[in-house]
Amino acid sequence: MSIYDTKGRIFNIQRFSIHDGPGIRTIVFFKGCYMRCAWCCNPESQSYDIQTMIENGKKKTVGYDVTVSEIMPELLADENFYRRSGGGITLSGGEFLAQHEFARDLLIACKENGLHTAVESTANAPYEKIQEVLPYIDLFLMDIKHMDSQKHARFTGVGNDIILQNAKRIANSGTELIIRTPVVPGVNDTAQEIREIAKFAASLPGVEQLHLLPYHRLGQDKYSGLNREYSLSGIEPPEKEKMEYLLSVAEESGIKCQIGG
Amino acid sequence: MENIKFVLEKSARIDKLIDDLYAKMPEIESARGLLVTESYKSTEDLPIVKRRSAAFSHILENIPIVIRDGELIVGSATVAPRGCQVFPEYSYEWLEAEFDTVATRTADPFFISEKTKAELREAYPYWKGKTTSDLAKSNMAPEAYEAFVTHGMFTPGNYFYNGIGHVNVNYEKVLKIGYRGIITEAKEALKKVDVSDADYVQRINFLTAVIESCEAVVRYARRYSALAKELAKKEKCAIRRAELEKIASNCARVPEFPATDFHEACQSFWFIQLLLQVESSGHSISPGRFDQYMYPYYKKDIDAGKITAEQAQELIDCIWVKLNDINKVRDAVSADGFAGYGMFQNLIVGGQNIYGMDATNDLSYMCLEASMHVPLPQPSISIRVWNGSPQSLLVKAAALTRLGTGLPAYYNDEIIIPSIMARGLTLEDARDYCIIGCVEPQKGGKTDGWHDAAFFNMCRPMELVFSNGMDKGVQIGPETGDVANMQTFEQFYDAYKTQQSYFIKLLVNANNAIDMAHATRCPLPFQSCMVDDCIGRGKSLQEGGAIYNFTGPQGFGIANNTDGLLAIKKLVFEDKTITLSELRDALNANFGYGITGDHAVRITSEIVKEVANNGISITEDIIRSVYEKVTTASTLDPVKKARYQEIKRLIDETCPKYGNDIYEADMFARDVANTYTKEVEKYKNPRGGVFQAGLYPVSANVPLGGQTGATPDGRLAFTPIADGIGPASGRDKKGPTATANSVAKLEQVVASNGTLLNQKFHPSALSGMNGLTKFVALIRSYFDQKGMHMQFNVVTRETLLDAQKNPEKYKTLVVRVAGYSALFTTLSRSLQDDIINRTEQGF
Repeated sequence: MSIYDTKGRIFNIQRFSIHDGPGIRTIVFFKGCYMRCAWCCNPESQSYDIQTMIENGKKKTVGYDVTVSEIMPELLADENFYRRSGGGITLSGGEFLAQHEFARDLLIACKENGLHTAVESTANAPYEKIQEVLPYIDLFLMDIKHMDSQKHARFTGVGNDIILQNAKRIANSGTELIIRTPVVPGVNDTAQEIREIAKFAASLPGVEQLHLLPYHRLGQDKYSGLNREYSLSGIEPPEKEKMEYLLSVAEESGIKCQIGG
Repeated sequence: MENIKFVLEKSARIDKLIDDLYAKMPEIESARGLLVTESYKSTEDLPIVKRRSAAFSHILENIPIVIRDGELIVGSATVAPRGCQVFPEYSYEWLEAEFDTVATRTADPFFISEKTKAELREAYPYWKGKTTSDLAKSNMAPEAYEAFVTHGMFTPGNYFYNGIGHVNVNYEKVLKIGYRGIITEAKEALKKVDVSDADYVQRINFLTAVIESCEAVVRYARRYSALAKELAKKEKCAIRRAELEKIASNCARVPEFPATDFHEACQSFWFIQLLLQVESSGHSISPGRFDQYMYPYYKKDIDAGKITAEQAQELIDCIWVKLNDINKVRDAVSADGFAGYGMFQNLIVGGQNIYGMDATNDLSYMCLEASMHVPLPQPSISIRVWNGSPQSLLVKAAALTRLGTGLPAYYNDEIIIPSIMARGLTLEDARDYCIIGCVEPQKGGKTDGWHDAAFFNMCRPMELVFSNGMDKGVQIGPETGDVANMQTFEQFYDAYKTQQSYFIKLLVNANNAIDMAHATRCPLPFQSCMVDDCIGRGKSLQEGGAIYNFTGPQGFGIANNTDGLLAIKKLVFEDKTITLSELRDALNANFGYGITGDHAVRITSEIVKEVANNGISITEDIIRSVYEKVTTASTLDPVKKARYQEIKRLIDETCPKYGNDIYEADMFARDVANTYTKEVEKYKNPRGGVFQAGLYPVSANVPLGGQTGATPDGRLAFTPIADGIGPASGRDKKGPTATANSVAKLEQVVASNGTLLNQKFHPSALSGMNGLTKFVALIRSYFDQKGMHMQFNVVTRETLLDAQKNPEKYKTLVVRVAGYSALFTTLSRSLQDDIINRTEQGF
């Protein structure tokens, strides 16, 4: 069987994405995630099942099965834009590692076509799976949400032991790695919490950047669309001044930090 | 950090000049109108070109002059700021009819005093039957006139009622040799005229008219010199006195003689720009490659330490303000189409020189900076982009785009140069192109482009297919057969092409009739002396004096016709779920939907008039009941109504749409565009040139859409037609890269009179250096694929706040949310607030 025949389940392909990796990118959103982060802005990505969601008052089916060959034309459609901007393909989700064979073959196909590849991931998966995809990834954008495993579990459903271990392994593999932290009020927005994450990021070999992503509510309307409760309702996005303060705290670790992706 | 080149401080003078300019409603003044009438009455025995120069001379001798507070560059057509003069030699009846409403209308109001009205009323009778408009009408074939005036199949109204404008003269030459040099050239040319030459009298008349016009300009500048001197004497402030003395010396020297420094060059430029718009009422007098022809004067002063970059910037800013001091009153209908007092003075920076090397210089950046300092509609600033354009210039342009004024427009050298070479320009001339008016390329100083010759609404011939050539009960188009009998898609498509080709022929007739009228009644010796090779040939631009002659009427409606034809192909001929006669009935019934807004009022009053004509007395109840029926379509049989709405749903939801990077749909759009462009280029104009098509509607897609019934793409009656060559509003679902890919598939190179692609952006897409560079990459990528032009509307924070307050005004405003786009007004309040904040903070 050719890699182009491998099947996977996704829920969106978004072109002209400019906040998820370098340049102008096309993002493939994988369906299914191991974690249940309370602030998740793509709640429709969490379940592997194909679902129905209400969007702008209309019913919409979320999730469809595709082969690599079926989606490559759309991923190649913006090749000109990638070349001019230094962009490419980003696998996001959901968690792309939850469908690591499909991801691997999709990434191979991208490399065969000369495209830059990035992934947005929690790296919360057995390292063997990560090892299988790593050779085809140019940039690993990895989330670290909290250094305290218990608090991590409270807001995401899982502890952080595997995540932190995998971060070290990916860093050691030599793949370009950027650490990203969604800054969520009441979850991880104290100076102490950010300082610890930054310290950890700075300790990883080869990791040069930490991105602090301010919490936003842009996914909020999707929760009601899925008939789900939004547990963070009432929480305001962090103020600009607060973000700048946390940025200065993070920078004490010596790593290069920025607000936004 | 954003590192942007040439960020220079704005002098306090500039905001003051802007405030003064916009302090009052602009005013209509009578001086020019009276002077031209007076002169014409006394020159009836002269040949027309000499009457023109005599009138121009008489106007410049006597028109009031004014130096406004704080000006460094002087010369105003009117005493009142942003005022306008009138040009009865082109047309006047419409203004007289609108005397009492022009100050209170919503689009572009002008104040007019009772005294001015009385003076003009006295002058106007002289012009009866003598205008270009009168002659154009009698030059036209009756069917062409009817198609234009009664049926609105196309609208050459701009040149039918006004001067042509749409030119870029040889500013460089005037800066270099002055009008004294041009007079010398004309005298040399006179010597070469032999008494036995067949065109002896034409050349003699034209050349002497040129000399008379140039002498008039020189005297006009001296009037300003004297005024400045006088004001300087009275001036108490020493700084201002020195400025006035410099102005006096500038105006004594230029534009008669070559400019010797940057300030003189700026003043000389301004006199040219101003007086072109006193000689004729044509708009789109475009300064073109200002950064190129002004650069030697800037460089010389900078190198000599005579001026600083800040001082040069202040002078450029002053010119930008002056470009907004020129104004034009249009009839109420045109004012809607050109809303915003548009003068379309297009000024372009960057691009290649005649050797194919990059021509960017300091002034290229400083012109963009000026547009940041002076956030006004003029000049229409443009930028030429090619593979060798410095990134820093494009980043600077992107930073200007981010301000949300819709400027600059971006043009692609890599496609425009071959496009106009294919029309016969030499390689060097093509490389030196500039842009006229909205989007029209030409080689400045050598071309009479007659760009913007007419709007051709491609949706109208489509309507006539369904009516078998009938409009308003009259057979105006060919009989292409009852649609009910059409058996194949090709039959239908051929009928469309037959209708369209017929009206293109009538359009050509109308354009050529108007063209002849201008040559006969309004040759322009002053304008002509700055375009090659009028002096050499001894005839005006209007008579074919230019080296390159074109007529460029622009078509629009590609997206609607493409989507409509694709829907017919699929639903009627493939799926067979609807029939053509059913579709015709659905279109006539506006898909079972009521008519809303102003159109409902208009239609109601038409129906009520009809009822009254039948002798029925009209009561409020009758009016209310008619209005109710018009707005709700309640008279329709409910079964039919439901079926028509279902047809619209099938079209909207199940048919492919242009603009989403669907290969077959986009290639079909290419074919639809070619039905217009390749038909237009078959024809010739009376100046010895050819027709060339443009594909853009300016803003006429809204008013002309208001005259177009429902169309088979599911567009409701009287709503706007698609803007430019982009997808129909709201039908592009895949973002800007997909749209760019689609539009790039059109054969834009054939549309050598220009194409227009508008894109809308959320400012967060341009935040930070990162956002700016990605934005530049987007433009370059579209241009890699042979796109010709691109411009951007950036939604500002103010717009979003206004949309929160007035959601009914922003029903179609789309914003990017998380991984999807949504209608802004449908989002929850807190989400809207977040998006507004994100807009401001840029993350």
